[in-house]
Amino acid sequence: MDLDWRVFCRDTIDGEFVRGCLGDAERITYLDWLLSAWGWTLSVAALAWIVAIAAGAVVGVLRTTPHRPLVILGNAWTELFRNIPVLVQVFLWYHVIPALFPLLRAIPSFLLVVVALGLYTSARISEQVRAGIQSIPQGQRLAALALGFTLPQVYRHVLLPQAWRIVLPPLTSESMNIIKNSSVAFAVSIPELTLFALQAQEETARGIEIYLIVTGLYFFSALLVNRILHIVEMRLRIPGLIVVTK
Amino acid sequence: MTLALDFSFLTLDVLARYVIKGLFFSIELTLVAMLGGILLGTALALMRLSGVIWLSWPAALYVNAMRSIPLVMVILWFFLLIPLLTGKPLGAELSAMITFTLFEAAYYSEIMRAGIQSIPKGQIYASYALGMNYAQTLRYIVLPQAFRNMLPVLLTQTIILFQDTSLVYAIGAYDLLKGFEVVGKNFNRPVETYLVAALIYFVISYTLSRYVRRLQTRLAVIR
Repeated sequence: MDLDWRVFCRDTIDGEFVRGCLGDAERITYLDWLLSAWGWTLSVAALAWIVAIAAGAVVGVLRTTPHRPLVILGNAWTELFRNIPVLVQVFLWYHVIPALFPLLRAIPSFLLVVVALGLYTSARISEQVRAGIQSIPQGQRLAALALGFTLPQVYRHVLLPQAWRIVLPPLTSESMNIIKNSSVAFAVSIPELTLFALQAQEETARGIEIYLIVTGLYFFSALLVNRILHIVEMRLRIPGLIVVTK
Repeated sequence: MTLALDFSFLTLDVLARYVIKGLFFSIELTLVAMLGGILLGTALALMRLSGVIWLSWPAALYVNAMRSIPLVMVILWFFLLIPLLTGKPLGAELSAMITFTLFEAAYYSEIMRAGIQSIPKGQIYASYALGMNYAQTLRYIVLPQAFRNMLPVLLTQTIILFQDTSLVYAIGAYDLLKGFEVVGKNFNRPVETYLVAALIYFVISYTLSRYVRRLQTRLAVIR
């Protein structure tokens, strides 16, 4: 089996080789397309990550409060978003929500996918936030309340500063998952890496080279996230509180 | 225009014609990949824990590689590679079965590895002291306990697997989601069909996860 890496230097329209591989205003090579697809993947993942962290943190906290309605609401949120496949959720946001709510039709499909992926991941993050908060001995919450802290103060000054350090390692793996899961965006025509792989493979019949590079980029992106969050984890560590294994 | 939902076209006849076939395939794919994945995953876990470098290293490489690639890409890879290797095209359905078995094995192997490591070393020394060999120790002491301790986690992974089967969309295999999509196209009612599809996935996954939680509390007492 011989590999021909020059496929990335071809023009996407006429298939001619372009000198220097990168195109210009008139010519777009497969390398240009690949880089832009990588950008889409990272943008979808990064924005969905923000949605997921924000929603996941709030829902996770709600599930540990002493207020029963809030706990039920948080649990329902988690069960709803955890038990529907991510691809089906993407379809729901892309096909169903705009049809039901005409006001939302102006939202670009890119943002709908971001919301879909973000909320799907928020359910998993809320589980970790809840577990993180519940792993702090109950005595600390009671002691803080006994000292006259209000419930928001208990969370702000006692529980959350510890909880989010506990949650960081599982959060790292969820952040890597979000990059992998962003691949479902291909199904609603977001021009990200997987869609690039599918289309470029069909056009050039050079599937192996293209899949290798795309797989490599996914691998590299996830590794990058892993290293960045590992540094954050080391920086924030409180000696003696949590054992960092790696 | 506000859209009025109308589910009346989803008759039993329509469901039987287009959806049941897909549902059966999704379930079949889940079961095949679960059984194959647990068997292969256990083998991989034993390889990693064997202490023999030419067994543990390839197993670790395989597991880590599979776990760091999106499933959609793995599905596409196998769909591209299997015909190249065997020389003849393989249907999307069969290709999906092979892919999911090999992919899920990586995840199941991590679970089985944790399960095997959860067995106290003393039990293994004791069984060797009683004259059992490696295979007997695994067969009678380690694996039955590892499997039982990890049963809830294995089943949770299977629920994730069931949800992931929807990704065969990438190669056009006819699964539950595809069945509903076909109905949606035929009757020009995509909104209703996607809603019902989501509901069915939810009911199946939620019921199973409730069952796993019950199992967990029951097993926790024994442990």
